[in-house]
Amino acid sequence: MSNKGILAGEHFLNGDVACAEGAIAAGCRLFAGYPITPQSEITETMALRLPAIGGYFLQMEDELASIAAILGGAWGGMKAMTATSGPGFSLMMENLGLGIMTETPCVIVDVQRGGPSTGLPTATSQGDMMQARWGTHGDHEIIAYAPASPQEMFDQTVKAFNLSERFRQPVLIMADEVVGHMMERVTIDPDKIELYPRRKPSVPYDSFLPYKGGLDLVPEMACAGDGYRVHVTGLTHDERGYPDLTVESQKKLMERLMNKIRLNSDEIIEIEEENTRGADVVLVTYGIAARTSLRAMELAAEKGIKVGMLRLITVWPFPAKEVRAIAGEVKGIIVPELNLGQMVREVERAVAGECPVRLVPHAGGGLHQPEDILAAIEEMTR
Amino acid sequence: MRHVMTKPTPQIVQDPHHPLEHYFRSERLPHIWCPGCGLGTSMSCLAAAFGHLKLDVDDVSVVSGIGCSGRLAGYMRPDSYHTTHGRALPFATGLRVALEKTKPGHKVVVFSGDGDLFSIGGNHFIHAARRNIDLSVFCANNFNYGMTGGQVGPTTPLGSKGTTAPYGMFEHPFNLPYLAASSGAPYVARWTTLHVHRLQRAMEEAIQKRGFTFVEIIAPCPTNYGRKNGLPTGLDEMRYYNEKAVIENFADPKDADIIPGEEFIVGTFVNEDKPDYLEIYNKFVGDHFGGEEK
Repeated sequence: MSNKGILAGEHFLNGDVACAEGAIAAGCRLFAGYPITPQSEITETMALRLPAIGGYFLQMEDELASIAAILGGAWGGMKAMTATSGPGFSLMMENLGLGIMTETPCVIVDVQRGGPSTGLPTATSQGDMMQARWGTHGDHEIIAYAPASPQEMFDQTVKAFNLSERFRQPVLIMADEVVGHMMERVTIDPDKIELYPRRKPSVPYDSFLPYKGGLDLVPEMACAGDGYRVHVTGLTHDERGYPDLTVESQKKLMERLMNKIRLNSDEIIEIEEENTRGADVVLVTYGIAARTSLRAMELAAEKGIKVGMLRLITVWPFPAKEVRAIAGEVKGIIVPELNLGQMVREVERAVAGECPVRLVPHAGGGLHQPEDILAAIEEMTR
Repeated sequence: MRHVMTKPTPQIVQDPHHPLEHYFRSERLPHIWCPGCGLGTSMSCLAAAFGHLKLDVDDVSVVSGIGCSGRLAGYMRPDSYHTTHGRALPFATGLRVALEKTKPGHKVVVFSGDGDLFSIGGNHFIHAARRNIDLSVFCANNFNYGMTGGQVGPTTPLGSKGTTAPYGMFEHPFNLPYLAASSGAPYVARWTTLHVHRLQRAMEEAIQKRGFTFVEIIAPCPTNYGRKNGLPTGLDEMRYYNEKAVIENFADPKDADIIPGEEFIVGTFVNEDKPDYLEIYNKFVGDHFGGEEK
């Protein structure tokens, strides 16, 4: 691929800037956003960088408009992204649904902060994990990443763009304030970046059905002016894309939209396992909470307790199979997260009583103390 | 002088298709709109405007919001986008900006209703106009939410009845040309669905002009608005427009209020030159980088 515009080399970046650079490396040339902390550096970086490389930066009037603009941008043939935090993520829920229904590839970044409402505007949280999953109305599947470092902010943004094109679905990056603002080394090697191209129609206009899925249930995408005269609607539609408000059409569309993710989830799900084999206790965690958990693992090792970690890199779809496989092998699973119990519910569902599951909660605004996680480990192995 | 009264010879049309049929998804017709509704007339004017401008069906996209007018996009053959309630303009903004790069010269038309564009989408409207983004925005104003059963909206005149104003509308309405003009739109016009040729011409002007162009279309909704407000059929509304609409070009938009039973102004209110969003964006970026992309 062309290296044009990519910030190649080794850099000392904060997570927000790394995310913006990841988007640029993925070929994103349209960004629409609205000021909100703690994602500000993403929007500011895009405002600085995109015009310099032939892209478009749009500061919209609110987050409703920001996400609407990137959906429009995607149908205009560009790769597009928006970024937000807290209340802005709530405002985006409406058109996240339009993106899913119309199968529009795009990336939405949520640099989480404490909530509900205005909450903690500049302090961390992982309180939007279930909102990411279920925040837009109606039944649907979702794809979401949980980066734990600036390097992952870069890498996962590239991956998010690829999955969004691959599955024609908005992809979420569920970052948090600490990952967004921590500065670390970020290595960017353009030669190692692989991009998934947009799935353009392979048949002529008169035989093209814009909402007929392929073998993998994902349809090809004809953008504005491509000559395919596509109708795109948030209404329940048939394979032609025309509104068809019937029980049969709803069933057919919903099953395809859900199954294109469910049946391909092995291709989407990404986890990282560390010392899970032979472990007494496994920490199932994600994002910044996984960083604190690493220290807790070290402290436990000093005490001779065998602790492993299963880190969720993609949080949605949830890796239920992988978590369940561990459940039979351990004394218990511990879930540290920066909320009072969200992903732990998914862990419990996957484990289905096979082993005890314990939450290590944190209401947000700061990080866990490793000792809090250690205490839970000790209690479980006692 | 002797006048010979003869009937004109009908022109024999060989082609069984309507000359504007290529702008429509004929397989989706008939439409869902009620008898007497102004949306069919508005859509017909839009297709006629496309035809008169010889606009290739692949060189224009149509974006709609939600409501009766939102269905228009789905009946027209160009790439068409039926978005969420109120969000047609920001969607169209992203679409138009992307097309500047991917398909230069491609036009984007937004067609939606008064509730969609000015209530739930009101903030988007004033900002799109302020930005002067290159969109042609056509608003069918029928003074109520027709699709959901005749509730009052942001343009319902004071005292008019609706299903959510059984005692009469308590709130003052927007004057749309005044709102559009004061938000910065460089082209603002208003016509009714009685003035089909003038409406078509205004649409053509709006499509041809770069920047945020706005045409308000006063349209009847006999089923949900007219019946409750003394104009129970489409024909009654046409007679009303014929009687009360006063054509006046470049009138002060402040004077464009619509008060039931009183005359109201139709015509072009604003038509001025003003650099649009993309023109300024490209210039500033070009000036900064000397036309060179890094």
